[in-house]
Amino acid sequence: MAEAGKTRTDEDQAAYVTFTVADHYFGVPVMRVQDILTPDAIARVPLGPPDVRGLINLRGRIVTVIDMRTRLALDAAPDDASSTRRCVTVESDGEFYTLLVDGVGDVVNLNERDRERGPATLDPTWRELVDGVFRAGDTLLVTLDVERLLNIRGKA
Amino acid sequence: MDDLLNEFLTETNESLGTLDVELVRFEREPSDATILGNIFRLMHTIKGTCGFLGLPRLEAIAHAGENVLGKFRDGELPVTPDAVTIILRCIDHIRRLLAELEAAGKEPEGHDGALIGQINAIAEPRKSDPAEPPPVFDDAGFPVAAELLAEVAHALSGSVPELYSPAAAPEIALPAEPPRPQPIKDPPVAEAKESALAASSIRVNVDVIENLMTLISELVLTRNQLMQLERSQKSGEFKIPLQRLSHITSELQDGVTRMRMQPIGNAWAKLPRIVRDLCVESGKKIELVQRGADTELDRQVLEMIKDPLTHMIRNSADHGIESAADRLAAGKPETGTIALEAYHEGGHIFIRIADDGRGLDAERIRRKALANGLASEGELAGMSEQQILQFVFRAGFSTAEKVTSVSGRGVGMDVVRTNVERIGGTIEMTSEAGHGTTFLIKIPLTLAIVSALIVETAGQRFAVPQINVIELVRAGARSGARIETIKNAPVLRLRDRLLPLVPLRTLLEMAPRQGKNDEFVLVTQVGASTFGIVVDRVFDTEEIVVKPVAPILRGNPFYAGNTILGDGSVIMILDPNGISAAAGQGKAAMAAAAAAQSAGAQREGARTSLLLFRAGGASLKAVPLDSVARIEEVDARTIERVGGRPVVQYREHLMPLIAIDSDHPWKDSGKQPILVFDKAGRALGIVVDEVVDIASDHVSIELTASREGLLGSAIVAGRATDLVDIEHYVERNFSTWFGATTGEAA
Repeated sequence: MAEAGKTRTDEDQAAYVTFTVADHYFGVPVMRVQDILTPDAIARVPLGPPDVRGLINLRGRIVTVIDMRTRLALDAAPDDASSTRRCVTVESDGEFYTLLVDGVGDVVNLNERDRERGPATLDPTWRELVDGVFRAGDTLLVTLDVERLLNIRGKA
Repeated sequence: MDDLLNEFLTETNESLGTLDVELVRFEREPSDATILGNIFRLMHTIKGTCGFLGLPRLEAIAHAGENVLGKFRDGELPVTPDAVTIILRCIDHIRRLLAELEAAGKEPEGHDGALIGQINAIAEPRKSDPAEPPPVFDDAGFPVAAELLAEVAHALSGSVPELYSPAAAPEIALPAEPPRPQPIKDPPVAEAKESALAASSIRVNVDVIENLMTLISELVLTRNQLMQLERSQKSGEFKIPLQRLSHITSELQDGVTRMRMQPIGNAWAKLPRIVRDLCVESGKKIELVQRGADTELDRQVLEMIKDPLTHMIRNSADHGIESAADRLAAGKPETGTIALEAYHEGGHIFIRIADDGRGLDAERIRRKALANGLASEGELAGMSEQQILQFVFRAGFSTAEKVTSVSGRGVGMDVVRTNVERIGGTIEMTSEAGHGTTFLIKIPLTLAIVSALIVETAGQRFAVPQINVIELVRAGARSGARIETIKNAPVLRLRDRLLPLVPLRTLLEMAPRQGKNDEFVLVTQVGASTFGIVVDRVFDTEEIVVKPVAPILRGNPFYAGNTILGDGSVIMILDPNGISAAAGQGKAAMAAAAAAQSAGAQREGARTSLLLFRAGGASLKAVPLDSVARIEEVDARTIERVGGRPVVQYREHLMPLIAIDSDHPWKDSGKQPILVFDKAGRALGIVVDEVVDIASDHVSIELTASREGLLGSAIVAGRATDLVDIEHYVERNFSTWFGATTGEAA
């Protein structure tokens, strides 16, 4: 599953869309990303799961907004209306979901050889979601498993 | 398969569907020349096209059929049920051949001599030799098609001889089937096409519509952006054209949405024919009444319910309706009626199938359930009649004593239920012996268009299906109506009735109310229960397309779906059914109905004798007097405990005692009044604080129950009184005390 969505530019390169959530640096396989948009008029869903921020209209489709700060058990954003906030839209099983993040960075090519598994000391929520950890310059890039990220039915 | 053949198949299948309906109509009104004309023309078109495409078997059959129809038309032959049956068989055969043709891409080999013989026997009663070869290509037939065929066949005979061995089709003079006909204009076909009714509709691929839908949504979005831009501009020169654009976009959206919808009548088209065939076969007289055939459904849903519907109609006609003699003997009209009805209600589509037949035999179902091991004797003993009837939905259950060609094979209602449930629907059945059976299918409105009221609570907008809202009331200081509370339960006095209220912000756990602005109450009706949904503001009504919520959000009963409004914003659609159930409404109404039945309480206007008492709290409580066996007073010291539960020795048996209030303070001394209820020879006591009175009154439940064990509240002898659901206590405690069986010592 984790291998499925990646483009391989050569033997062991894979492209990732990077984004930040609460100063953490994340990546999801670029092939999984449908669209990146600026969140606008998120309709709340009262009594919805806490990870679901609401719904938006993406060109006539109703898309579920997943609040990545809540999903990753991080503190709520101090400035909710920050202009850098973006939505990274992914598709799963015919449904569209969009990940509400603090900001979107570049698309990076990562070498599979540099992948490391999440450390054993990782937060249990994260351990479930983290696909791998890459060294990117002086920071760490955490890649996420999209399917597991969206698997929040149990919490509904 | 080539395009031409493909088109032919779709077209012919459609024509055959129409033929079925027309023929059944025709049989009833044999003198109607228009109907006959239609039938004749349809059959002729089929024949002509088959000839044109070089499908000799089909053509031969169609020709024979047309022959008979021609004689009907010219008055040479009387229209008898037998003759119509033959024509219908002829159509079935054509359909079968078409199916094979579709699967294999070529006409199947084989003989149709017997059928054609029968058809011809009808056409010419004098020489009824079934083996007589059909006059396919004789000059009395249709020379143009025949000549053309011969020509085409001749031209192509050498190319594909293996397709058709001459031996395989002795009645048919054609040695080969030409796979691709030359583009020759066939005069009869062209003529028929022009005259067909078909010109008013075209076939469109669903993908095209889906695509259009998406495009239009984008258009709406772009329009909205433009509108916003325009607002920030001072000049206002774009105002008028933008308004026009806005209108047109909305209409376009509306139009495309409607394109996906089809009237449910399309799924019914086959049914008159089925009923008619059954009538002929069984000698019954049945009238099929259809209502609401224009109720629109999403076409996917339509496909899914087609088969269940057919099955149920068959069941009704075959098992439900009695023979004419039996009906007369039972004092009913000779002709049975099956009513098929479709309508929108409460954001759902309802399909009702009601027959006035013999109804289900609960006793037989009980025996059968026992014989098939679906339930034990003990389980059955504890079931109500309606519960027993529900066994018909179990797999492998059929009550037909004899298997007919249409039903009674034990696959039936369980399949129907599975199919209905697959599209998220439910099916309910009620049956009354001697009076008939009614099925109610409820299909969620996924993708159906509904008119919705847009409301706001705590700054957020919601849509409420308008069909549920029967009235809007403004409540607050500036209007006459005022929201009052009874122990935190909000109510509204509406024309001398107390309307229970469900504040949306409480239900959805939203921010508490600020200020003292007027509120609005949507007086909402779900089934038999009426309640009010309290919101902050009410905007407008809008036609919306219900989209199902994302899987993550499913499981919340308050939402029927979500939608995108005309302004592009996403909005949740409330489900009044879910809200009603959550507010205890649906259940209470059901319990009330059941209690009304069991207590022998009658319809409106009837007086019911009630025993009034107090038990836990100051409010008056009541139970139907005739459900109480005795009223006893025991010394509180004689109350003993076994297994932690209070009992009292009563008439040489242990009588369990139940308190209505779970934290009832058990007395240590003094008198303890007890209401004794009898069930299956065992006594159960309900402890009360005091017995107040016996009253006889017209009881109508004003407020539905706030908790389990209560049916609701009513005005009894001028006082507000809680009606206790005595069944609830007796049923629940009976099994824990005495087990399921009642056989041992009493």
